[in-house]
Formats: sequence, structure tokens, C-alpha cells
Amino acid sequence: MTLASIIFAGILTYFTRMTMIALISRDMLGDKIKAVLEYVPSAVFPAIIFPAVFINDYGTFIEMNDPKLFGALVAVIVGYFSKNIIATISAGLASYWFLIFVVFN
Amino acid sequence: MLSKKQLFTRGMLDISPHMLSVIPFGIICGAIGVELGFKPYLVYAMSLIIFGGASQIVFLQLLSGGASSLVAVASVGIINSRHLLYGAVLSEYLEKLSLIKKLLISYFVVDQGFAESNKFFKKNRSEKFLHFHLIGTGCTLWFCWQIATLSGIILGSFVPEELGLKFAIPLTFIAIVVQDLKKIDHVIVMITCGLSSLLFFDAPFKSYIIISPLIALFVAALLLRLKK
Repeated sequence: MTLASIIFAGILTYFTRMTMIALISRDMLGDKIKAVLEYVPSAVFPAIIFPAVFINDYGTFIEMNDPKLFGALVAVIVGYFSKNIIATISAGLASYWFLIFVVFN
Repeated sequence: MLSKKQLFTRGMLDISPHMLSVIPFGIICGAIGVELGFKPYLVYAMSLIIFGGASQIVFLQLLSGGASSLVAVASVGIINSRHLLYGAVLSEYLEKLSLIKKLLISYFVVDQGFAESNKFFKKNRSEKFLHFHLIGTGCTLWFCWQIATLSGIILGSFVPEELGLKFAIPLTFIAIVVQDLKKIDHVIVMITCGLSSLLFFDAPFKSYIIISPLIALFVAALLLRLKK
């Protein structure tokens, strides 16, 4: 039962990945659409970032003093200036841990 | 002109920093599955068959919370529908490939791999074997995801939840988009998407994850019109 639903979910997921790649040819997308598609990373990833930062495990908004807010801010600043992925992630995690283990402990 | 092997290696190198968040997240994913009481082989089968981080966790949580399989499967489909947008972007670069190659490569299209390969594609349009970069990022992500979820299944509750390793996920995506904060139009699009995702967070089937990008792209289209 569960394996069947995993397989269905997998097929569905595969179709989301494959459909556009397999079916779209160059002529189907006009210049206007291509110009809009340039924004896809900026239009998609904040939908992963914002809820993960601003909404807690119980589905409610975080407080203003939530360590995640500070960690995300540090990551943005370090990432902006360092242009380095490892530095961005480590700085965000380190500042988050500093707050939850040292300051708020 | 770079060789296939060089492009593959370049893809592996470009994606490797993201493993800092992908591996902990994979371990959590595996551990949650076992903790919720699912058979280990089923938890692992998801990594192989669905191969989509967040959607796997939602799937498990819905099923264990008593939702019907139909609701769980539909939610996975909606969460992963964002891949349609990635595919539309990538189609331009993968156009010359044979159908069979397109079908095989599609399995490896993942958020971070798409983001890094797309950055590389934009700068190196003239390369002949561009798709090997995508195979490089995709295979690295795939391999690490399999190992990480397997480790999570084996380690189970040994992974301390207090570490808050889930927080590495927004951080990895911050690292991807942060340089675009230099462009005001991208900032507007990002804020539109982010605020919409909070506004529609409670929409059924986790559909905020596709509703907010569509709203943001609509705003992007308006901005392009204003620019002219």
C-alpha cells in the first residue's frame, strides 16, 4: 500500500522534472517568456527560505528575537560580501548555534 | 571548449559546497522516517523513487498523521511542481539532446543542481557538452542524498534534534540567491515571492510553494514591461 503510493509520488515527481525538458523546443518559448524565466531562481527559492526562517515547527510566526532570524541575517551579509557558499552556510549555522547554545542557554 | 569529463568535474565542484546542508538534511530525512514508524526499506525507497528532499518529509508526515495516500501523493506532486519551472529554463540548453538523454537527465534535476548548473550555463552558452555539468551536479547530489538518508535511517534518533540542522536548508538557498540582491528587480521579485509564501503558507497541499513563484514571475513580467 505505502510502496504503491511512493511509486505514484515518484512517477508524479519525475513527470514534473521531465515534462518541460522533453516537450519544449526553442521555438515554443518567445523572447518575452525567456526574459521572464531569467527570474526563476529569484522567484522560487524565497518560497523555501521565508517559511523556513519566519515560521516555526508549529506553523506559527516566529518572535522577533528568534535565533533563526539572526542566523539568516548573518548568512545574507556574509554571503553577499564573501560570495562563498561554505562561508554563507557556516556563518549562518554558527551564529544560530551561538545564540541557542551560548546566549539563550 | 571543455571536454565532457572537465564539465562533469566542474559540475561536481560547483555543487559540492551545498553538501554542507544536503547531507545533514538527508540524515534528518532518514531519521524522521524511522522515527515516525515507517519500515526502513520504505523510507529508503523514497530517496530512490521520489528523490526530492522536502517532499519526502511532507509525504511521511502526512501519512503518519493519518492523511489518505491520495492527499500525500497529491502534496508531493504539488510541492515538486516547481521543477516545471526549472525544466522550462533548462530546456533551452538541453534542446539538442536526444529524447532518451533528456528523459535520463530529467531524473537528476534538483533545486541546488538546477541553480548551480543554470549559473554555469548562462556564462558558458557556447560549450558543446553543457549537459555534462548538469549530470555532474545531479549525480553528486544523488549520491550524497542516498548515503545521507541511509545514514539517517541507520542512526535514527541518534541525531540530536536540538542542533536544529534543518536550518541549513534556508541557508543553502540564501547562498544561491544572495548575489542577486545587487539587482533591484530581483530584490522585488524575491520579496514578492517570500511574502506570498508566508501569506499562502496555510493553503491546502502546501501549494504556497508553487503559488508564490507564479505570483513573483507575474511581477517579474510587469517589471520587464516597465523597463522598456
